Amino acid sequence: MSQPSETTPILEARGLVKVLGGNRVLDSVSLSIGRGRVKVLIGPSGAGKSTLLQCLNFLMPPDSGHILLEGREVNAQSRKELCAFRQQVGMIFQDFNLFDHLSALENVRVALMKVKGMSKLDATERAIAELKRVGLADRAANYPANLSGGQKQRVAIARALAMDPKVMLLDEPTSALDPELIGEVLSVIRDLAQGGMTMIMATHQISFSASLADEFIFMEKGRVVEQGSPAELLGRGVSSRTQSFCSKISELTGEGGGASGECRL
Amino acid sequence: MSTPYFEFLRAELAPGLLDGLWVSLLVIAPSALLGACIGLAAGVLRVYGPKPVRLLTEAYVSLFRGTPLVVQVFFWYFALPYISIGGASIVLDPVPAAILSFGLCSGAYQSEYIRGGLMSIKRGQIRAALALGMTTRQAVTSIVLPQAFRRALPGCGNEVIYLIKYSSLASIITVNELTGTATTIAKNTWRNIEVFCTLGVYYLVLVTLATWLLRLLEDAMSVPGFERPSA
Amino acid sequence: MDFSVAFNAAREALPYMLGGVGWTVGLIVGAMLLGLCMGVPLAVVQVYGPKPARRAVGLYVWLFRGIPILVQLYIFYFGILSWLSNLPGLSGLGLDSPFIAAVLVLGLTSSAYQSQIFRGAIQSLPAGQLKAARALGMTDAQAIFTIVLPQALRLSIPAWSNEYSILLKDSALAFTIGVVEIMARMRAIASTTHEPVSMTFLAGIIFFVLTWVGVKTLALLENKVRIAGYTRQGAA
Repeated sequence: MSQPSETTPILEARGLVKVLGGNRVLDSVSLSIGRGRVKVLIGPSGAGKSTLLQCLNFLMPPDSGHILLEGREVNAQSRKELCAFRQQVGMIFQDFNLFDHLSALENVRVALMKVKGMSKLDATERAIAELKRVGLADRAANYPANLSGGQKQRVAIARALAMDPKVMLLDEPTSALDPELIGEVLSVIRDLAQGGMTMIMATHQISFSASLADEFIFMEKGRVVEQGSPAELLGRGVSSRTQSFCSKISELTGEGGGASGECRL
Repeated sequence: MSTPYFEFLRAELAPGLLDGLWVSLLVIAPSALLGACIGLAAGVLRVYGPKPVRLLTEAYVSLFRGTPLVVQVFFWYFALPYISIGGASIVLDPVPAAILSFGLCSGAYQSEYIRGGLMSIKRGQIRAALALGMTTRQAVTSIVLPQAFRRALPGCGNEVIYLIKYSSLASIITVNELTGTATTIAKNTWRNIEVFCTLGVYYLVLVTLATWLLRLLEDAMSVPGFERPSA
Repeated sequence: MDFSVAFNAAREALPYMLGGVGWTVGLIVGAMLLGLCMGVPLAVVQVYGPKPARRAVGLYVWLFRGIPILVQLYIFYFGILSWLSNLPGLSGLGLDSPFIAAVLVLGLTSSAYQSQIFRGAIQSLPAGQLKAARALGMTDAQAIFTIVLPQALRLSIPAWSNEYSILLKDSALAFTIGVVEIMARMRAIASTTHEPVSMTFLAGIIFFVLTWVGVKTLALLENKVRIAGYTRQGAA
């Protein structure tokens, strides 16, 4: 599932701090991820997972800290560098954020043309290929108003993939979906991971992530509380914060978990 | 015995009203354009501008929406020449005065629709655009404006239709547009009902035509999710 | 520009100008009420009536929303009313009063706009309201009066408040047919004192204040008739 890690991490964050309305939403958070790895952020609401992801691509500029892409620090003051950085970091939002006035095809293709400067022909060809990859080639002409939630999120994934990102950030990609639509999105994400995409994902889908993730990062109140492979944190006989949090979730969603309400691999 | 209506219409009324119609269009078109430009600027400033600019624009909008247009028209034509700064004052001819006052007033209303259109765009749209690497300018021109324009179009279009009707106020400051010409003809021929009813029909036709064109434009721009709400 | 002269002129003109407020208020009250009394039935017919009736209402609305108020004033006052009052038998009724013409014009036009406000409000109610009323055995008329209209009218208050602002400004046009309201007085005094700037500002301020007072009053009304917890359906 994962390739041997290089020495230089693809994306690295050091000491990120973000204060919102007097709260330290991110309290000196650091993480790094190597090529082809999948890291999953878990934690209660308000833990700072979403803020962390949005700081990683400067949608929310961190108050202090450093972010490095392939070892080079990103200078957020330079607009050019920032745009170039964002082209290489794909982002998937919880509420999809498809461009409502554009069809699925146009959604995938607009950044190729405007940001990468591709010709309309090349951009269209690439866009159709990406839509095929997520299984929506037949919906290319549909507008977001006529797509289901699961389809919208898959188009959003195609849109991000078309930019050939080095790393993908996924902010609770299935949280806004009706239960029966979650599966189609999860299977696309699984294919991406198995294909070697570097991913940092915040999610509540514990059992799904456990089979995919190289590492779980458990956050609480803006700090990284626990870090480790799924086996380390959720294995038999282990008692961890992650484990107690997970069992609370599986009680609610009824996923995984034995009759005792435990959350184990 | 005075001539029957249709003879009167053909020989005197219609040609006279046609002259007035040209002048009306001469007033309406620049006013609509001026109003759209001012409205766009004011709307954008009210949403994206720094606080002092926003307050200033809001003051402008409150002032021009809160007072009758006829008072404003009166001001720009009759009162403005009395304002002298250092001995110099501006005297506007009737048509420019009409265009200026209609444009300023219409602009205030237009800015409301444009502001509404801009604010209706979910913030996530901009975030997604930025996340893909677009500059702010690209995000605004390719993502925000096309959507905001569709949302603002019904309101802004209706504002132009109002302008067609309120252009009749130009007759109060001696512009010989449709209403002014009709009044003159009525005074000369004493055929009030015929003249003014025909005048009414002229405006009805203009307004209906403009409404139909607006519907066409709305349909041409409509996209699933941005459909014209069925009246 | 001499501010003290202008200011004094405005101060002296104030009583005369305020005299016009009575006429303006009379115009607006008459027009809003006429608009309401005709607008509600028109809306009900447009939503629930048979097709020819709906067409007729549509025609009425089209007519009164398509002809400028100024032109309507001329048609009614210089045209219809002057002809009517010259007919034998009707000349003593004082039908050629500019005030009546103005209230008619403003009221009928307002009824066209108000009918659309109420129609929108009625149509925004869930279909279940009428169904439930019918299921209880009410006639359509009872259902409309006791179930639909009370809700629709409450929902219409903000738009009605907007209609008030518009009507207030349109009332200024009544000066063209001789009603001695605010605008008429402003013109008269501006020309006698040669102080159009201060008079225009004074008129503007008076209209501004009237707008503010009216809107606030209607907001109070909205609060008074508000039903706790009742929100516009569908506005999540």
